[in-house]
Amino acid sequence: MADQALHGRRLPVRAAALETLLPRIEAVAIPAIGLIGGFAIFAVFLLSQGKSPVEFATLVWKAGYSSAFSLQNTFSRVAPLLFAALCVALPARLGLVVIGGEGAIVLGGLGAGVAGVALAGLPSVMGFAGMVIAAMGLAGLWMGLVGVMRVKRGVNETIASLLMAYIAIALFNHFVETVFRDPASLNKPSTAPLPDGLRVGDMPVITTHWGLIVGICACIACWVLIERTKLGFAARLAGDSARAAKVQGLPVDRLIIGFMALGGALAGLAGLFEVAAVHGSANASLIAGYGYTGILVSFLARHNPLAIIPVAILLGGIEASSGLIQRRMDLPDATNLVLQGMIFVAILFSETLTGRLKLLQPGTWGRT
Amino acid sequence: MSADIGLWGVPLAILAGAIRVSIPFLFVALGECLTERSGRINLGLEGTLVFGAMAGYAISYETGNPFVGVAGAALAGSLFGLFHGWICKFRGVNDIAMGIAMMLLGLGLAFYFGKGYIQPVAPDLPAIPLGNWSDIPQIRAALQINILFFVGAGLALAMWWMFRQTRVGLVIRVVGDSADAARAMGMNIDRVRLLATAAGGALTGVGGAYLSLAYPGSWNEGISSGQGLMAVALVIFARWSPIACFWAALLFGGAGALGPALQSVGVSDGYYLFYAAPYVLTLALLILTSSPERALRGAPGELSITK
Repeated sequence: MADQALHGRRLPVRAAALETLLPRIEAVAIPAIGLIGGFAIFAVFLLSQGKSPVEFATLVWKAGYSSAFSLQNTFSRVAPLLFAALCVALPARLGLVVIGGEGAIVLGGLGAGVAGVALAGLPSVMGFAGMVIAAMGLAGLWMGLVGVMRVKRGVNETIASLLMAYIAIALFNHFVETVFRDPASLNKPSTAPLPDGLRVGDMPVITTHWGLIVGICACIACWVLIERTKLGFAARLAGDSARAAKVQGLPVDRLIIGFMALGGALAGLAGLFEVAAVHGSANASLIAGYGYTGILVSFLARHNPLAIIPVAILLGGIEASSGLIQRRMDLPDATNLVLQGMIFVAILFSETLTGRLKLLQPGTWGRT
Repeated sequence: MSADIGLWGVPLAILAGAIRVSIPFLFVALGECLTERSGRINLGLEGTLVFGAMAGYAISYETGNPFVGVAGAALAGSLFGLFHGWICKFRGVNDIAMGIAMMLLGLGLAFYFGKGYIQPVAPDLPAIPLGNWSDIPQIRAALQINILFFVGAGLALAMWWMFRQTRVGLVIRVVGDSADAARAMGMNIDRVRLLATAAGGALTGVGGAYLSLAYPGSWNEGISSGQGLMAVALVIFARWSPIACFWAALLFGGAGALGPALQSVGVSDGYYLFYAAPYVLTLALLILTSSPERALRGAPGELSITK
């Protein structure tokens, strides 16, 4: 101990470096432990079902990451997950738990699909701008409303956002099957197909649609917003203590509404790319559960927008391999949901390790 | 003469539907009321409800006895509650987020194990025919009231009495209102919350068994769409009173019965919108009855959702 203390005194630079470094290592190590724990529980579950966890992992690798084709399959699921996770992460920095991103995705897709068809006569740049405005506007307004309910009436945002998602899905189904239905869509009610000029194509090299790169840029932009701007600083303060932030004169109410609306608008982009790059029109395929997986992505990333990117690639790959796993291992499609639930529980449980891992406390390494 | 009662069928169908649809709401709400009164929130009841529906159906099918199914669903629900109650006592574990995780896990496990039970037909829970005095078939049908309705109503009364008059009720209330006071009185807070969460899960499991064994009366993956979560909102609206939970469940049941009732008389326009009525009602009630001030009247002081 004395020796360590001496070292600490002799090397204040090292101590200072440790004090900034160790919390960062802890911030990565604890969710990593949670993630590994979640996979371990799932492995035990598979064994109890007489299935091989090794085969599962091999198939995830094979179908999710091993070839250009499988990576393309994974990346096309990563794109909506990035936006859906941001819709959880942004409000989370203000201390709000939002679980209704699915509604914003669906409304964004509806807005984009309807606007694209309505603006078919315009040059495609303007038409696409109209789609973006419709998707982000509609979805942003929807989530912003949840923020208004929270601020003005103290309505719990977790419950309200999910109720709003159910209502959004009902509205989506209603409009797709009535007002905006393309009469040519017989078996699967859809809006009219988007004109070719407004479809989003694939990027060069990695043959995945542009939504992926836009999503990554959105994650980086959100990170800058939260970590490097005054607005983000104010939001983080309000997340720590809304009361203290209010005493400081920060516009907490407007921050809440703004961050909720921004998160919703980004989730709306997920809907836009699903419609413009994948399905070609708005239909029930949009209700694919990305909004719910996005909750897990954001919690796994500890609501850090940069960490969302690798986590989304991980969970996107697992989702992409779900079909092959069902066929090869004769497992039901809900297996993926079981895995997600187990990871989610393990990740939240790992939070209790914060400050308890001795190796990662600055005091262990000498003077603090 | 007695066959056609015309448009009167709509309010009658809504009333009958209100009773029918309210039962799962009632059980989940009573369970959540008990859990929240102890100062813990369980948002995972949606998952518990669906797992209870699956377990109840599967056990009823395997044993041929729907009541064994209900008991099995209650047991499964209490296991979910025990797990949630146990894991939430650790420092740094957020009970709201854990509820969401448990919702996912419950749904995943229910769909995983329930895959094989989507086709087979399990024996249903019996209903009590209270309408035999009438010649009108609609009234007879409307008054086929499931036995669990009376169980639920009795439970609401019993829970109300328990909170007011018994020592157990007092302990739960103290633990829920002030952990410091409970500690000073030598109560074991974690154990009270653990048991209250387990009991809440058991009641939710029964609600789930009703879904698959009575109404709609079959097991499939779309059996619940948010009833478990709406019941959490219902408890807030009912101000944590079991009696108010009963009336609120009936109200929610009425909203949920609107769509099927209109469809039964041939109104099919706006099908999706009518089916969204319970969500809109829940949201409207939340907006009307919540308050921007921190504390809600009647709210347990330790509850994280109202802090």
